[in-house]
Amino acid sequence: MCGIAGLHVRDSALFPHLGRLLQGMLCQAAERGTDAAGVGIYGDPRLTPAGRSTVCVLDVPVPAGQAAALVDAAGEVGPVEAVAAGQTTVFTAPASPEVLEAAVRAAFPGVVVTSRGNSLAVLKGTGHPDDLARTFSLADAQGWQGVAHTRMATESAVTSTGSHPFSVGPDQCLVHNGSFANHATIRRELRAEGIAFDSDNDTEVGARFVAHQLAQGADVEKALRLLCERFDGFYTLVVTTGTSFAVVRDAIACKPAVVAETDAWVAMASEYRYLAGLPGVESARIFEPEPEVVYAWER
Amino acid sequence: MNDFASQGLRESATFDRTTIAAIQHAARTGIYDIRGGGAKRELPHFDDLLFLGASMSRYPLEGYRERCDTDVVLGARNAKFPLHLSTPVTIAGMSFGALSGRAKEALGRGASEVGTSTTTGDGGMTEEERGQSKHLVYQYLPSRYGMNPDHLRAADAIEVVLGQGAKPGGGGMLLGQKITERVAGMRTLPVGVDQRSACRHPDWTGPDDLAIKIAELREITDWEKPVYVKVGASRPYYDVKLAVKAGADVVVVDGMQGGTAATQDVFIEHVGIPTLAAIPQAVQALQEMGVHREVQLIVSGGVRNGADLAKCMALGADAVAIGTAALIALGDNDPALDAEYRALGSAAGYYDDWQAGRDPAGITTQDPELQQRLDPVAAGHRLANYLRVMTMEAQIIARACGKAHLQHLEPEDLVALTVEAAAMARLPLAGTSWVPGRAGAGL
Amino acid sequence: MGALTDVTTDVTTDVTTGAAATTTADVVVDLATAQVRELNARLHAVAPAAGPSTWRVLHPAGKHNIAVGLDRDLTVEVEGHVGYFCAGMNQQAAVVVHGNAGNGVAENMMSGRVHVRGNASQAAGATAHGGLLVIDGDTSARCGISMKGVDIVVGGSVGHMSAFMAQAGRLVVCGDAGDALGDSIYEARLYVRGSVKSLGADCVEKEVRAEHLAELAGLLAAAGRDEDPAQFRRYGSARTLYNFHVDNASAY
Repeated sequence: MCGIAGLHVRDSALFPHLGRLLQGMLCQAAERGTDAAGVGIYGDPRLTPAGRSTVCVLDVPVPAGQAAALVDAAGEVGPVEAVAAGQTTVFTAPASPEVLEAAVRAAFPGVVVTSRGNSLAVLKGTGHPDDLARTFSLADAQGWQGVAHTRMATESAVTSTGSHPFSVGPDQCLVHNGSFANHATIRRELRAEGIAFDSDNDTEVGARFVAHQLAQGADVEKALRLLCERFDGFYTLVVTTGTSFAVVRDAIACKPAVVAETDAWVAMASEYRYLAGLPGVESARIFEPEPEVVYAWER
Repeated sequence: MNDFASQGLRESATFDRTTIAAIQHAARTGIYDIRGGGAKRELPHFDDLLFLGASMSRYPLEGYRERCDTDVVLGARNAKFPLHLSTPVTIAGMSFGALSGRAKEALGRGASEVGTSTTTGDGGMTEEERGQSKHLVYQYLPSRYGMNPDHLRAADAIEVVLGQGAKPGGGGMLLGQKITERVAGMRTLPVGVDQRSACRHPDWTGPDDLAIKIAELREITDWEKPVYVKVGASRPYYDVKLAVKAGADVVVVDGMQGGTAATQDVFIEHVGIPTLAAIPQAVQALQEMGVHREVQLIVSGGVRNGADLAKCMALGADAVAIGTAALIALGDNDPALDAEYRALGSAAGYYDDWQAGRDPAGITTQDPELQQRLDPVAAGHRLANYLRVMTMEAQIIARACGKAHLQHLEPEDLVALTVEAAAMARLPLAGTSWVPGRAGAGL
Repeated sequence: MGALTDVTTDVTTDVTTGAAATTTADVVVDLATAQVRELNARLHAVAPAAGPSTWRVLHPAGKHNIAVGLDRDLTVEVEGHVGYFCAGMNQQAAVVVHGNAGNGVAENMMSGRVHVRGNASQAAGATAHGGLLVIDGDTSARCGISMKGVDIVVGGSVGHMSAFMAQAGRLVVCGDAGDALGDSIYEARLYVRGSVKSLGADCVEKEVRAEHLAELAGLLAAAGRDEDPAQFRRYGSARTLYNFHVDNASAY
């Protein structure tokens, strides 16, 4: 059970302010959970510089500089850079995301990779959202899209790996409020198809399901419609990719969700108050998503 | 005894006579069996635990002379006015509607006589109960039947009910026979309908929303009253943690032996976990969060005597709640009424048709004539006697274990008689140091 | 109640309409600086003998539990959007939200009047026993769930499962109703002007007689609306689920 928020910015004049706006949303969401928090940021010039790919990793056992050198030595990826953001270390290199990820895994066998891609960095960890926002330097982040999550753990462990967002495919990101009721079976089905899991978290099953559908050629809308058919439980989800921003709720739609839209941005939050600090919210079109309707915005 | 056996006939263990009767009932009526009470099947229970009285390695306390306190403070975490009870045996939530007004009055009288609390139930607060109960806990339920802010403010504590042990995940039910004019009026229902209650609250879902709901209840009552959260035992480790995260001052965990006024038999017998299995999970959750004893744990579901009370306390509970046992103390299933129970197709000791409203003891009924059979003063006094006996029994055990307060009992004072109970209660099997599932046992 | 001295007249912009609103208030509480706890404590502390007063609440910013548990002849004007349970369990007071309301606005209201100028989220007027709840815009799911005597007038549309298990009172919807309207309804009366996506179990359309037109006219007038009562259809309980019958087992 959790607080979730997402911001898809249309007006490039706001790109430099993405982190500050997202931090405001994240901190308002803290009342819905203080076990853990995380953000996914698209298009930050420091975390995802142009011409490089980015891989985010949890709980790297050495300082960032040393970690970069180890990844450099582990594969042909060009000069690697690394920055630490709390429990997350962000690696960038002028190689494809797959190649960089392989090098990171070779350098640090068994680590948990929390995102990989060309435009997304996922920063997450356990602790109070306010404290984590500082370790992420969230206020300084820039970009065109972001999602945020605060966690009140229901059944799975309070660990950095079990924190949201879950990013299991390139530049994909998913956050969830609610709980799935049949995730164990779907996890077994996905495992039987060769898909590996990082955590015991029910949301990871949702993220892996969506990534699996996308990999098989479905678009985001179709993937989420299939999710609605397959998953029991209560959920509000925000799913983002390198080009899109989508929101969906379960059939009963008990878990809260508010969407606000202006010419400058589209935002989603568990509660209106997370949106109250966004510029121009007074004149936004505000609505609640209908059950099992996929709302998607393309860049 | 068994004449059939000598003739070579054999009853099936799978299709025993109870099972055969149930199949025949379903085939005849097209409806599942609805009844009152809790799980009747045999379950690992408190009888499977024993205390280790003191002798040489520890010293016992002298009965009657040396102090062994029994009081408990509930809900001091946030409330301006926490409850301070003389005994840790409280009366569980039972509705006016399920019970007669005189039964509610008797519960109030008995509980007040010994300085403990009673609890309302679905359908709101009655004059009988508020008038007689020194400490009254007001239940806040999914149906909100009779929910009234004046009553909220008149209560001594608020119990947000998510579920009960007899039916975790299920809603409430009160059959038409008991929806008399007064009950219907309190619940805003037509007289005589089968009243169904929702299984989820209408305006919030999940622990994150619950945190906001608890804040609302506190705001309305100006942060004066403790807020309890009651769950039916199924995943108590998670549920207790979430109740605490949502802001509960007290968590009530009701095991599957806990009773109900009316629910499907299949629900009562097959959903939830035994009380014994629930307590260690709940205590572990509180301990991991560092709030054991700061957020109090009330355990209910099949608590019958002072030994059960002492065992709950030793396993880490702060108090217990009794429902079925309290009704028996009032006069439910009295052998003196056996002929009348038989006339209803039951017998004293078997009667569980609390849903039917024809209780000859005048307790689980709204029938004006049957109600008159219960003398609330005498019944209240019987309940008080019983509560005193339970408390004294627990003190006897606590003193034998060398404890100056019931709360000082600890798991190390207990052993288990069966492997099942040892595993569930996380205690060593008697005479050994073996705790099932735990590595590295010493001695 | 010394707080009734800070008389203020102020002009603000109505967030839903953009129109300037002028209100004279006896007390102004600004939630940008004051806590919700302080607001509610002051509202609860108004002496019964103090007589009516008007309060303005500024910068609610979606906060929860604003003006809950009131039990005095007060008018509370909230200048902006509110979160969960605004005006929860209201008695006597009039609460006006110049914005949108979150979950459970006026939940379990007993009496008085709550007016949301914008939209309301889920469970508006849930389990309310009395009073009048007016929502100028739309509500999402479960409007009037388990209502027990309240009157609710919605200017726009209501979401799915509205009037679920509704026991008593009247729900008037000037727009459309979502799926499963009035599922498992008891004795509440529902009036819908637009379309009904689907009716829930045991909810049926019923004849609109003269007394219903009169009742509806009264409710619309009380809500300050000018729709024609003749344009509404009436829905209520078929009463087939009141007592179990094996033929209806699939509806449970």
